[in-house]
Amino acid sequence: MSPETRTPATAGRPLLELSGLRKEFGGRNVNVAVDDVSLEVREGETLALVGESGCGKTTLTRLLLRLLEPTAGSVRFDGRDLATVSAAELRAVRRQMQVVLQDPYSSMNPRMRITDIVAEPLITHDPAVRGRRGRARARERVGELLEAVGLNAGIQDRYPHEFSGGQRQRVSIARALALRPRLLVLDEPTSALDVSVQATVLELLADLQTRLGLTYVFVSHNLAVVRQVADRVAVMRRGRLVEVGEAAQVFHTPQHPYTRQLLDAVPVLDPRRGRRAAERAPRTSGESR
Amino acid sequence: MTMDRQTRDHSPHPVDAEPLLQIKHLSVDFRLPTSVVHAVQDVSLAVHAGETLAVVGESGSGKSATALSVLGLNPTPPCVYTGGEILFDGHDLLKLSEKELGRIRGRDIAMVFQDPMTSLDPLQHVGAQVAEVLGHHTGMSRAEAREAALAALDEVGIPDPAQRYRQYPHELSGGLRQRVMIATALVGRPRVLIADEPTTALDVTVQRQILDLLVTLQHKHDMAVVLITHDLAVVAETADRVAVMNKGEVVESGDVLDVFDRPADDYTRRLLAVTPRLEAA
Repeated sequence: MSPETRTPATAGRPLLELSGLRKEFGGRNVNVAVDDVSLEVREGETLALVGESGCGKTTLTRLLLRLLEPTAGSVRFDGRDLATVSAAELRAVRRQMQVVLQDPYSSMNPRMRITDIVAEPLITHDPAVRGRRGRARARERVGELLEAVGLNAGIQDRYPHEFSGGQRQRVSIARALALRPRLLVLDEPTSALDVSVQATVLELLADLQTRLGLTYVFVSHNLAVVRQVADRVAVMRRGRLVEVGEAAQVFHTPQHPYTRQLLDAVPVLDPRRGRRAAERAPRTSGESR
Repeated sequence: MTMDRQTRDHSPHPVDAEPLLQIKHLSVDFRLPTSVVHAVQDVSLAVHAGETLAVVGESGSGKSATALSVLGLNPTPPCVYTGGEILFDGHDLLKLSEKELGRIRGRDIAMVFQDPMTSLDPLQHVGAQVAEVLGHHTGMSRAEAREAALAALDEVGIPDPAQRYRQYPHELSGGLRQRVMIATALVGRPRVLIADEPTTALDVTVQRQILDLLVTLQHKHDMAVVLITHDLAVVAETADRVAVMNKGEVVESGDVLDVFDRPADDYTRRLLAVTPRLEAA
C-alpha cells in the first residue's frame, strides 16, 4: 500500500502533489466528498484513479485542476502551492494542466466550427492569435493539432455533429493539447465510445504521451481499461484513497479488501473462467471432439 | 427442424426441442426524411427455454432494433418491418394487432432496459408499478397483486420489501432501481425475458450482483433470456449462445465456447482483440 513504490524506468519526479485534500459540500448536512487524500503524480506517468460512482473521483480532479477550492489540504504543481501563487502564476499553471471529459457530444458547442473549438484555449491564453491578424496563425496551429490527433487538417470549417464520437473525442484531445500542457486529466475519456473506437483512442493517447512526454491522470471506472493504460493505480472509495500502488501490484496482489471486491466483480472475457465456468465444464468435456 | 448451427450446441434442452422464440429473416428499415437506414437485415435468431442468447454488437449494429421488434416497440414511423417473421407460440408477432401484442408484453415476453430511471414512473411508488403489471394481465384483486408484488421485490433481493414498496424510484440507488425493473419484468412470470443492456449504467460491483440475479432467476423459472449487450465479457459470463451483429447483420452465431475459441468472422475476431481484459496487459 505504499505510495512510494516505483517503476524503476519511469521514476520521474513528482509533477503534482496532493496533500491532505478535503472537500466538503453542503451546509447543515455536510457531505465529505474528498477526505484526506494525499497522492503524487510523477512526470511522464499515467496514474489511474478508479472507483465507483459517487466515490469522489470527479471532485478530486476538480480540486487538482483548481476548479474547486479545497476545504483543507494543498495542491502543488511543479513544486508550487496553487493556493498561494499569484493570479498570473495560476494562469500559467492552468495552461499546463488540461482536461478531456467523457462525453465529446456535450463538451463542445454545437454551433462552433472545429477550428474555433480547438483554438479557444489559444485565444484565451495567447494574444498573438487573437483578432483578424492572429487568425492565420491560429488556423495553422489548429491544423497541426488536428494532424497530431490523427484528423485531417482540412476539417476546420466543419461542425461537431458531422463527426463520430471517436472523431469528436480526438477533437477534444486536440483542444486539450493546444496550450502544450504537461498534465492531462482524462476523465472517463473512452467510456462513451464503442470498444473498437476506444481501442484507437487509447492508442492515440499512448502515442501522444510518448511523443510529448505528457503526464496523465486517467479517471475510470473500467478496470480492464485501467489495466491496459496505467503505470500506477489509486483506488478511491467514499472520498478516501484505500490503496495506491504500481498497476501490476494492485492488479495481482491487491492489498485492500475493496480493491479485491472491485477486481472480482469485473466480468472475465473467457467463458471457461467466468461465473458459469463450472456449469459449462461438464458439458464441454462431453462435447469436445 | 432446421439444421442450423444453434441446434448442435451444449444447451441444457434436448437438441430437437422447438425454440421458444424464433426470429426468421427479420429486416427492419428506418425511413427518415432524407434517407433510409437498413437497421436490421435478414436476421435470424432462436432461443430455447432455460437458455441465454446474447446479442452483441457496437452502436448502430441493429441489436436493439432487433430486440425491440419482438414486442413491436420500435417507433413506427419511422420504423418499417420490411420482411421476416418472429415466431412465438405458433404466432407471428409481427402480424399481431397492438391489442394482441399487449396481451403478450409483460406476461409471456417481458423486457428490461438499460436505464431504470427513464423506464420507471417517477411519480408512482415502485411497489405499485410492479403490481400494475399483474392488474393488466390477471384477474387478481388489488390485495393479491400487492402480495405478488411484494414477493417479486423480495425475490429480486430488495431488502425490506414492505418498506421499499412505498418508495419512489428517486429514493432508490441505481442497483435497487434495476432490481425493481427486473421485478416488474418477472412478476408476470414471462417465458422470455429480453434484457437490453441491463447493467450498462451500473457500477461494476452492482453489475455483478444484477448479472448473478438474472442467471439465478432464469434457472429458477426456466426462462429464455435474450441479452442485448456491447460487452463481450458480459457475454462470456452469462450466455449459452451468442450472435454477433455488425451493421444490421448477424455476422456470426453459435455456442459461446465455439465463438470465443474459434471466432469464424473477422469482425468477431477484431471485437475480441480490442476488448480490454484484466489478465495480462
